Order: sequence, then C-alpha cells, then structure tokens
Amino acid sequence: MEGADLVAKVLSTWLTLVLGLILLPSAFGVSLGISEVYMRILVKTLEWATLRIEKGAPKESVLKNSASVGIIQRDESPMEKGLSGLRGRDFELSDVFYFSKKGLEAIVEDEVTQRFSSEELESWNLLTRTNTNFHYISPRLTMVWVLGVIVRYCVLLPLRVTLAFIGISLLVVGTTLVGQLPDSSLKNWLSEVVHLTCCRICVRSLSGTIHYHNKQYRPQKGGICVANHTSPIDVLILTTDGCYAMVGQVHGGLMGIIQRAMVKACPHVWFERSEMKDRHLVTKRLKEHIADKKKLPILIFPEGTCINNTSVMMFKKGSFEIGGTIHPVAIKYNPQFGDAFWNSSKYNMVSYLLRMMTSWAIVCDVWYMPPMTREEGEDAVQFANRVKSAIAVQGGLTELPWDGGLKRAKVKDTFKEEQQKNYSKMIVGNGTLNVESD
Amino acid sequence: MGARSSHAAVIPDADGIRRETGFSQASLLRLHHRFRALDGNNKGYLSRTDLQQIGALAVNPLGDRIIDSFFPDGNQRVDFSGFVRILAHFRPVEEEDPAMRDPKQPEPLNSRMNKLRFAFQLYDLDRDGKISRHEMLQVLRLMVGVQVTEEQLESIADRTVQEADEDGDGAVSFLEFTKSLEKMNVEQKMSIRILK
Repeated sequence: MEGADLVAKVLSTWLTLVLGLILLPSAFGVSLGISEVYMRILVKTLEWATLRIEKGAPKESVLKNSASVGIIQRDESPMEKGLSGLRGRDFELSDVFYFSKKGLEAIVEDEVTQRFSSEELESWNLLTRTNTNFHYISPRLTMVWVLGVIVRYCVLLPLRVTLAFIGISLLVVGTTLVGQLPDSSLKNWLSEVVHLTCCRICVRSLSGTIHYHNKQYRPQKGGICVANHTSPIDVLILTTDGCYAMVGQVHGGLMGIIQRAMVKACPHVWFERSEMKDRHLVTKRLKEHIADKKKLPILIFPEGTCINNTSVMMFKKGSFEIGGTIHPVAIKYNPQFGDAFWNSSKYNMVSYLLRMMTSWAIVCDVWYMPPMTREEGEDAVQFANRVKSAIAVQGGLTELPWDGGLKRAKVKDTFKEEQQKNYSKMIVGNGTLNVESD
Repeated sequence: MGARSSHAAVIPDADGIRRETGFSQASLLRLHHRFRALDGNNKGYLSRTDLQQIGALAVNPLGDRIIDSFFPDGNQRVDFSGFVRILAHFRPVEEEDPAMRDPKQPEPLNSRMNKLRFAFQLYDLDRDGKISRHEMLQVLRLMVGVQVTEEQLESIADRTVQEADEDGDGAVSFLEFTKSLEKMNVEQKMSIRILK
C-alpha cells in the first residue's frame, strides 16, 4: 500500500507544518511574518499588472466607472427653484416636468441601489470576478493571471479550508469545555483565550491583514460597541482584538451549534426569532447586560444589513435607546485584495465563504473612536445620526440617510408625504388660494 | 459564471438601439450596466417591482406614473430596448441644423414634440389622447397627497383645463397642451445629460 503510505506521510507533514507555523503562534498572538512577505509580493505583482494594463489599454474604449463620480449631470436645486417660481405661485401644466426629470434621474442613477453591489475597482486586481471592463492585454498578463488562479485555488484554498475547519472545531470544543467550569475569573480568562485563539486562526484562514488604530479607545466592559456592517467577517475582525458579547438571532445548523457552544463559556445575548419582534424585551435584556459592569461590551451593527463599504446608511435607533456609553468603531476594507461585501441576494453563506477564501487576502483598517454618550435634549435618532457621521468621517465613507432595509422592503410613505407637502405649500400657499373666482 | 463585462456584444441589437435613440456607445454601455444592476434576479427584463425598489423614485409623487410609462399596453415587463427608448426622451437636444435632418426619418425620440408627448401621457391616464378634468384631478391628487382639500383641488383642475382648452370640449388635447407650453423651455427642463 505504498500509495496510501505516501498520502498519509504528505498529510502528516502538511498538518505539522500548519500546526507549527500557524496554530501555535496564533495561540500566543505572535506572528511569524510569513503573511507580511506574501502581502509584499502580492502588492508588487498588482502594481506591475496595473502598469501593464494602463500601457496596453486603447485610448478611447476605457470606461472608468468609479463610485464617487456620478454618471449624470445633476442639478441639485431645491423644489422651489426647479419648478421656476416663488412660493405661492399657481399650479402649472409644466410642473410635471420637474418631477418626471427627477424620477428619470433616479432611474438612471440613485445613491442607494449601487450600495448593494460590490464596489467597482479602479484597476484590475487579477481576479476574474472583478473583470468587468478590462479586456485582453498581453500574454504576460494572462500568464500571471493563470499563475494567480493556480496559487489561489490549489495552494491557498486547501490551506484556508483546513484552517477554518480547525478554527471552528476548536471554538466549539474549547467553549464547551470551558463552559463546564464553575463561574470564576479563571473561567473568564480561559474563555477569552479560547475565543481569541480561534478568531486568530479563522482570520488567518482568510489571509486577513488587519490594522488597528487608536487601540486606547478599545471598547470597555459595560459599554456598547457599534460599527458599520459589510459582511459577517466584521465580527471576526473585531473579536480578534478583544472579546465582545454578541447580539443576534438564534440560527439553526452550524451557526446554531457555534452559538450554543459560545454562550456556555461567556454570556452572549441570543434571541429566539419570536423574541426579536418584541422591542421592549430586547431593550430590557440589553439593559440588564450592560448594567453588569463585569460583562463584556455588546457588539451591535445598527445598519441592520450588509452595505458594500462605500457608505454608511441609516443607523436604527434601537441600539441608541438603551443608554450607556457607545464606543463607535469604523471598519474599512481595501477592495484591491478581495471584496468582503456579502451580497446576500446573490450569494449564500457557503459560496460567499468560498469567494472569500479564493481572493488574495482580506485587508482592512479598524479605527476605534472615543466613546460617545447621549447629550441632554438629544433624542435617540439625533444621537444615532451623530454617531453615524463620526464613523463615516473616520472611515472615509459617504453618509446616506437612507435605510439599509431598502434592499428588501419599500421605502416608507412618510418620505413621499414630505415631498407632497412641499409641493402643496407651493401651489396652495398655507391655505389661501391664488385663484380669481369668475 | 455568466459574462460580467459590459461589452457591446452583450447588448442585443446594439446598433439598432443606437440608431433609434441616438445614445453614444459609451452611454449605452452605462445604461446597460444600470439595467443589469436594477434587474435583481437576472431575468433579462425589468418588472414594476424592480423599479419600485429605487428609493428616490418611490418617494417621487409621480413615481407610479413614471413607472407606468415604461409598461405601455398592459405589458408587465420591459426589456432593455424598451427601457432605453423611454430614457431617450430625456436625451439633451443637440444643436443641429433642422434643414439638414432627413425628413423621411422618424422624428428623434428626444425632439421637443416627443418630450411633450412624454409629459402629456403622464397626465393622460387612459391614453385616449385627451386629459379630462377627472384625470387632471387624479394626477393632482398624486402630487399633493392629503395636504389639499377636494374643493381646492377641483378649483385648480377647473382653472387649468379652462385655460388650456380651446375648442371647449372640457378636456385638453395634445395640441392644446403643446400650445399652452409653447413658451416653455422644454428642451432644457426635460433633459438629463450623461457624463462620459
């Protein structure tokens, strides 16, 4: 059985390598520098590729479609100016021009829909999936691309899948074991160690390079941490640098097993689906959690859904009504190395994870920000908007007032009523009519 | 994996559409990109729900009328050529010598007449070529919501129809509509310029 022997030997050397080079250093939070070398080679290769593409691109047919520049010329004058009249003028047949133009402009380009699809890149990063506008350039580039495919699918993917598997099993086993201990500071310390190690392993399974800024503002116990949401990976990225209590729905399947195991070791806040509808219950439980100063800070994503990391959408006010100190965190991914956005209508969790594991790397910046509390006379909505602006400014994202829930639901009628009110004021003018009775 | 690139080859009958609408190749590619972004489940056509999902359109008081204009004759789907044909109405008018234009060719979609025709059918709910007082009332109601009383709205509708109506049939025909707007700079107000 020489073949089987050989396979067993290869497998065991493989596993020892993985253990020695990746798992053990993760347990101690130490880095061996292998991923830094990988990143440097990667950056050099991508720079070379960009130069080749720019040299080879024919002048007229390059379509730059960056997210920042709009594609239509906009006239942002308010309704009064657009309808060419002062307040109190009468209704004209031509009023319909203004609304139809605004409507058609929205059809051609609107700020919200583009946030639910992946950001387009300025230059190609040698992944097929981002190849929207770049044509065949040269044989050398194609060769590098083929090499990239081989490296990503045959070398990196198996490694990453192994690591992910090990990471998740360790998490489940570790937290179940720790959960058997009686409540004590030893238990808390052990659960922290287990969480941190497993998260570090999982981050390495995505070749994640994370830069943390302003670590002095890291969320403290008894506080609430809010961040912008791009993908489920956000949770992983934040928990690698500190332990949080998570809030969310109880899922079935693999997620459910992980959730049940984790809650044994340290108190996360999981809700049944029916409980989620009852806002008072949710607020009550969260209040109880933060009142206990020994419990870990809660991690909440107030947008409620995944946005493509170019903007921050409306923060739901629920998290800001609980009270307590809010610790904002801004997360910005670098799309050049891999797109972290989860387009849940296009990909399910498994294909999303596969896409993550076949990208080059996940590179992101995490900024911790000084804590904020609700001021006197500020209601929850204003507070939420204040925090949202702070996060948008820090992360270099645009700020949008729209609700992320627009992905799935229609917009509320109140916004339309506002426009109708404005228009009515113009043609009717506070109850008086400019009509001559004959 | 399907083709993700917006090559002209992917657009069906690109040349025909270009000739009919007058859009440049670059603009057409952008619009095709947009069409595919709006088409959430990759059906190849757009339905009313796809357009209703656009937030800025849903809050527009005339949003439903604008969406209706994409689905004439009871259709429930609009393909790319139908989509672009409506958008072509809003293409800015180029400076061109009217004498140079070939009179045998149909009028371009973005001519003044066609822009006015688009605005007219936003009012003309039953597409019978006339805006009756009743239709005027309904469209006005869309624009003002619940803010204005029924009597006020009726006076406005009556006045508007009276002013525009020339042959005294109590409704505004397309010709009367264009006559009442002859001084209006339609070309500028109903134009959307696509940047390259």
